[in-house]
Amino acid sequence: MQSTMLLGTRKGFIAYEFQQGQWKAINLSFEGVPVSIAYADPRNGTWWACLDHGHWGVKMHRSKDRGQTWEEVAAPAYPEGAEVKDGMKATTRYIWSMAHGGKQFPSKIWAGTDPGGLFVSEDEGNSFQLVESLWNHPTRKEGWFGGGRDLPGIHSIVVDPRDENHIHIGISCAGVFETVDGGKSWAIRNKGLRAEFLPDPSTEVGHDPHILVAAPGDPDSLWQQNHCGIFRSTDGAKNWEDIGQANGPAYFGFAIAVAEDNPLQAWVAPARSDETRTAIKGALCICRTDDGGKTWKELRNGLPQENCFDIVYRHALVSAGNAVAFGTTTGNLFFSADKGENWQVINNYLPMIYSVQFAD
Amino acid sequence: MPTVKFTYALKRFFPGLTQTPAQGQTLASILDEMEARYPGMRSYILDEQGQLRKHVNIFIDGHLIKDRTSLSDAFSSNSEIYIMQALSGG
Repeated sequence: MQSTMLLGTRKGFIAYEFQQGQWKAINLSFEGVPVSIAYADPRNGTWWACLDHGHWGVKMHRSKDRGQTWEEVAAPAYPEGAEVKDGMKATTRYIWSMAHGGKQFPSKIWAGTDPGGLFVSEDEGNSFQLVESLWNHPTRKEGWFGGGRDLPGIHSIVVDPRDENHIHIGISCAGVFETVDGGKSWAIRNKGLRAEFLPDPSTEVGHDPHILVAAPGDPDSLWQQNHCGIFRSTDGAKNWEDIGQANGPAYFGFAIAVAEDNPLQAWVAPARSDETRTAIKGALCICRTDDGGKTWKELRNGLPQENCFDIVYRHALVSAGNAVAFGTTTGNLFFSADKGENWQVINNYLPMIYSVQFAD
Repeated sequence: MPTVKFTYALKRFFPGLTQTPAQGQTLASILDEMEARYPGMRSYILDEQGQLRKHVNIFIDGHLIKDRTSLSDAFSSNSEIYIMQALSGG
């Protein structure tokens, strides 16, 4: 089992370590500052903190000594003249995703932002450049838009370990895009999705994936928790199939995690949809499928079943081996050592949790 | 020569911060001077397009500047330029 857990929270970066059978907090950095993403690069162990200072803008810091010291690097910034739409200058509002570039490109790091920009670093994160090919995509200015945030945002970057020039990204609200040439050109991959909130639900762009992930053992098996259901693809996102429950809890939510050892097994964190965005019927449940989404099992043992308002944000549910962990909007952190059958509380008193990641 | 003063909130990021005389003729050039003296500061005050960040204010002799986009507000050689954190949060 990976013995470290990194949290990005509303009030700081928190690291936990599994010691003598318990998760113990070992590091608190940037106390009081919102950390939109806490990220560990599995290639070299570098920790990253993407900060969302309310007043002073978004910032990026990295640590090569597990949080003992941090250095600030230049955060992704839009070039002069870049516009979100005509007459509106583009500035980085939020760093919503990070991904390493793969073993083939040891110096490469990707980052996704609100307002809908993908950035790449070719120098281990010392500097980031806007991926102009996607920014200039003909659908962006008219076809992408804001959902829960004012502007579209890139929250998912999925690098194919078999070919690290092959990348899928997820954008709220635009959909899934794919490159096979390292980001030079992009194809739209939204076939089979539904955008129930649009006049044309089968629109080419304007879909709202909340998170996009690939099965580690089968990168052509892609999953997304969408605003309008849960969708799975078995052909590298060329076609999507709705696998959500029409009348069950596994339908609306933000997070999804796929098992490392089984591309048919995944977890979601259901929420009550548009009206309230709270736990369904005041009870927290995680749903797991073991058959690629044909059926879903409700996992509640150890989770609060009354007076509960928690929901789980898109980067805050993870699995590794038999371990599953998630953090909630009301600062509860839960852990399961048996694929979600039984849950234990790690902490009830954390700030709002934005991201959770297992690391070595 | 104008004097630049800073909100104490910025000391968290720039511990050596103190009120600083400046020579520039425009606010933008004064902020460039501050960047040279406190590397990284410019990005805390302005966004990448050179606009004043939404929750940061600059006062010149007690008056809030009007031009947050191109920072063209005038000042004199003995002006006090105060950079503050607009109050908000939770």
